[in-house]
Amino acid sequence: MTVDLDAAPELFGYAHPERLVTTAWLEKNLGHDGLVVVESDEDVLLYEVGHIPGAVKIDWHTDLNHPVERDYINGEAFSDLMIKKGISRDTAVVIYGDKSNWWAAYALWVFTLFGHEDVRLLNGGRDKWIAEGRALTSNPSTPAPAEYPVIYRDDTEHRAYREDVLAHLGNPLVDVRSPEEYVGDRTTAPAYPEEGTLRAGHIPTAVSIPWARAAAEDGTFRSIEELTAIYRDELGLTEEDEVIVYCRIGERSSHTWFVLTYLLGLDGVQNYDGSWTEWGSAVRVPIVKGAEPGVVPV
Amino acid sequence: MSEIILPPSLTAIRDDFLALEQRDRLQLLLEFSQELPALPPRYAEHPDLLERVEECQAPVFIFPEVDSDGIFHLHATAPAEAPTTRGFASILAQGLDGLTAQQVLDVPDDFPYMIGLTEAVSPLRIRGMLGILGRIKRAVRAHLG
Repeated sequence: MTVDLDAAPELFGYAHPERLVTTAWLEKNLGHDGLVVVESDEDVLLYEVGHIPGAVKIDWHTDLNHPVERDYINGEAFSDLMIKKGISRDTAVVIYGDKSNWWAAYALWVFTLFGHEDVRLLNGGRDKWIAEGRALTSNPSTPAPAEYPVIYRDDTEHRAYREDVLAHLGNPLVDVRSPEEYVGDRTTAPAYPEEGTLRAGHIPTAVSIPWARAAAEDGTFRSIEELTAIYRDELGLTEEDEVIVYCRIGERSSHTWFVLTYLLGLDGVQNYDGSWTEWGSAVRVPIVKGAEPGVVPV
Repeated sequence: MSEIILPPSLTAIRDDFLALEQRDRLQLLLEFSQELPALPPRYAEHPDLLERVEECQAPVFIFPEVDSDGIFHLHATAPAEAPTTRGFASILAQGLDGLTAQQVLDVPDDFPYMIGLTEAVSPLRIRGMLGILGRIKRAVRAHLG
């Protein structure tokens, strides 16, 4: 790797501490050769309001989603995006964003589908950086174009499709949405706009562990001890498990995917990005309402 | 094909956006978000404001009014961390303020799609603005009885 890892003691204990950096580390390493900082937010204008000096913007809608189909961009488009943002294949990329890093984790997950090796999250994201009074600028960054090969996206390891979920029933399945969405009282997060879902509830056998349980008040990830208590002790996940996580459109579950994969070190975790907006609208898939996970349909 | 008639205030906003390149349209939206005035004191302690739901996408609170002369006014607030939503509310506040209630009801429901932001902001996000316009019209309709 071209850029040193963050050796902060608070990252010790996570299975893959190399996937996180602290705000102090990032401030010290800004401008380092081989490091590119990426902001990825829910709100498309937040970067323009102010961002970490030198950071580039990658938007999940306008940059990472396929412009026509409900899918991600292809290898050519990803390569073009990386070139434009000054990212080479061996660049260390640090991603941060709003909302406890939902969209940053989502962007990191997409980078992972393209096999970008060194991609890290800023622990605590945008809010922590600002709360600590660190520098912001509203000057857009103008990175020098980089070179990036065309890499074909590999969805097999980290992404689940609807048919994968159907075949998976009976194995660990985690619903990270709000309790109201899980029970089936509503189809969107509280106060979110309706997005066309026809039915409410959850996928049979899915256990409810809202994403926010993995986040501390300041937006950083909870300690390894706390995460172990939730996901290993309470939920019973082990290294042997194949796990699928989902939410409404795959962004909150990217946060949990990151926690399970890189902080707890489970290898077989997939994010079902179709999530409830697909499942709740699909014809003839099983749905359970109420607080109980339900059983595998026979 | 019938020409869509927009009030002059909305026409001006639309033309301002359409005259710009995509990335400059975002900048104009940002300027709108910065121009959203603070709520007047009589709304500052509105009970709705106390019902902020966490984990919600850009909570926006709107206070549509029709005064005794039948003229429409809009006050709105959204958090600073949601500049896109603030921008949407500000466009509608500036574009609808001073119209008659009937003129507000006559604004096409799909006005948010006419201002050239679909590509810069994404169609999904534009739906947030459709929602705000829908709520405004509902309130005006209720006022007219």
